[in-house]
Amino acid sequence: MKVSDETIKKLEDKARNLRKDVIAMLSAAGSGHPGGSLSSADIVSALYFNVLRHDPKNRKWPERDRFHLSKGHACPILYAALAESGYFPREELLKLRKLGSLLQGHPDRRTPGIEVASGSLGQGLSVGLGMSLAARIDKLNYRVYVLLGDGELQEGNIWEAAMAASHYKCDSLCAIVDYNGFQIDGKVSEVMNIEPLADKWKAFGWNVISIDGHNMKEILGGFDEAAKVKGKPTVIIAKTVKGKGVSFMEHVADFHGRAPTESETKQALKDLE
Amino acid sequence: MAEKLYTRDAYGKALVELGKQNPDIVVLDCDLSGSTRTAMFAKEFPDRFFNFGVAEQNMMATAAGLASCGKTVFASTFAIFASGRAWDQVRNSICTNNFNVKIVATHGGLTVGPDGCSHHAIEDIALMRAIPANMTIIVPCDAEETTQAIFAAANTPGPMYIRLGRPKVLTITGKKEFKIGKSYTLREGNDVAIIACGIMVEQALAAALKLQEDGIQARVINMHTIRPVDSEVIIKAAEETKGIVVCEEHIKTGGLGSAVDDAVTINKPTYVARVGIANRFGQSGESEELLQEYCLTVKDIVKACKQILG
Repeated sequence: MKVSDETIKKLEDKARNLRKDVIAMLSAAGSGHPGGSLSSADIVSALYFNVLRHDPKNRKWPERDRFHLSKGHACPILYAALAESGYFPREELLKLRKLGSLLQGHPDRRTPGIEVASGSLGQGLSVGLGMSLAARIDKLNYRVYVLLGDGELQEGNIWEAAMAASHYKCDSLCAIVDYNGFQIDGKVSEVMNIEPLADKWKAFGWNVISIDGHNMKEILGGFDEAAKVKGKPTVIIAKTVKGKGVSFMEHVADFHGRAPTESETKQALKDLE
Repeated sequence: MAEKLYTRDAYGKALVELGKQNPDIVVLDCDLSGSTRTAMFAKEFPDRFFNFGVAEQNMMATAAGLASCGKTVFASTFAIFASGRAWDQVRNSICTNNFNVKIVATHGGLTVGPDGCSHHAIEDIALMRAIPANMTIIVPCDAEETTQAIFAAANTPGPMYIRLGRPKVLTITGKKEFKIGKSYTLREGNDVAIIACGIMVEQALAAALKLQEDGIQARVINMHTIRPVDSEVIIKAAEETKGIVVCEEHIKTGGLGSAVDDAVTINKPTYVARVGIANRFGQSGESEELLQEYCLTVKDIVKACKQILG
């Protein structure tokens, strides 16, 4: 796939701005999950500003591609992308997690652009499977993207869905694993090892693509390749860095679910310049 | 004696009819399509039927995904798995989104029989009632009511839990017009009111006949919708009789008994006795034996009514 340097640059800039929004939002909210938002920023940027066929002005367009954030705690990055896309005004971002806000602590359908709520882990791949089956029934050619966390893969429901998506040959379904290696209690490999991960998905009948989840060229290439695979679903295993872009958050489990303090916020925004 | 019918057969037939009328009807099952009768739909509409194998959590969350794309989804398995195994998926993927998913759970209650405790859903209504909003709960008493409930469900937006049983049951309701949330008063009487759902409606009517032999006039109400419950009729019964006996094939807490109690406590406190399952798990046995062992018989209803009347 040929992608211009200009496109790459644009998506990288967008990702950086999304990261800044995440820091500002979490700082204002005083709680939330920075680590997994920052690790998935490049993937979300690629999806919302290049890959997805969507129209914020026509949200019910039947042929729109579907995106579902199964790792719902990373919603700040999604909210930032939705605001940037024009689903709602940017002012809403700073109301994250406040009473009566459009932007709930975990995704909810009251937010324009959110298709299905999430937050209880392990259910999103099934939701994507349902969307993919609906496309088949309706003979529509939209694609379905589901962003999964790595810790989330410890949920049994994920593998029930993996088995079914392969059984029903759902090639319109593309899962992305944000493999940042950390969960609340520490390293995924130490809390509950999910390796050998690519082999697991292959054994379940999936096409597996492994990429660097911060390399925009590889991200776009992965999505392009996934769309060409017929007869089976694809999973993109994206190796990422938890807290990516903010020096003191990178590879730190504590920032899975803690908002930055005022001084940390200043430093984080500086890091992202 | 009138012919007994499976409510599950009525469900399967209704699904086929709905499938012909509405291309957005999709049916899901978890390896029990023969027992739940969704196989009848699968045969007619293989492109709109999905079997997920023994994976109830996946079925419920997939139902949510289908519903998000405009489908009216009927998802079936046994009540114990539909309500318990996949509760979080029902709550978080279906109900919080207010999706159009109709969970039709068969083999509810003790009358599953010899399969025993692991298969006796006797707390399923409580589990579904505990979901904070929007889950409509219906327990039809016979095949005719099941047919009507399924059609009503298909034409009413939002999530629903419809509980069917395993055994054949007598037809009681006839061709009455079914409305979600509107109970039927099957028999008038002002001494005591018996409010029942599911298989206990037939028992309640039999109990009313027994009571009549002693000069007691019992009102019998078929409360097919547990949520939203027909408060108006319950309050009226509280006002016009000396007390209410609630009969259900379910634990005494969290089901119809609690729904009736909630309605009277707020509006018109009265004596509410419960004929239901007391703090116990099920066990193997034939249906009739289990109903006796767990005090869900005509005799138990008569006794409860007489206790109220002193």
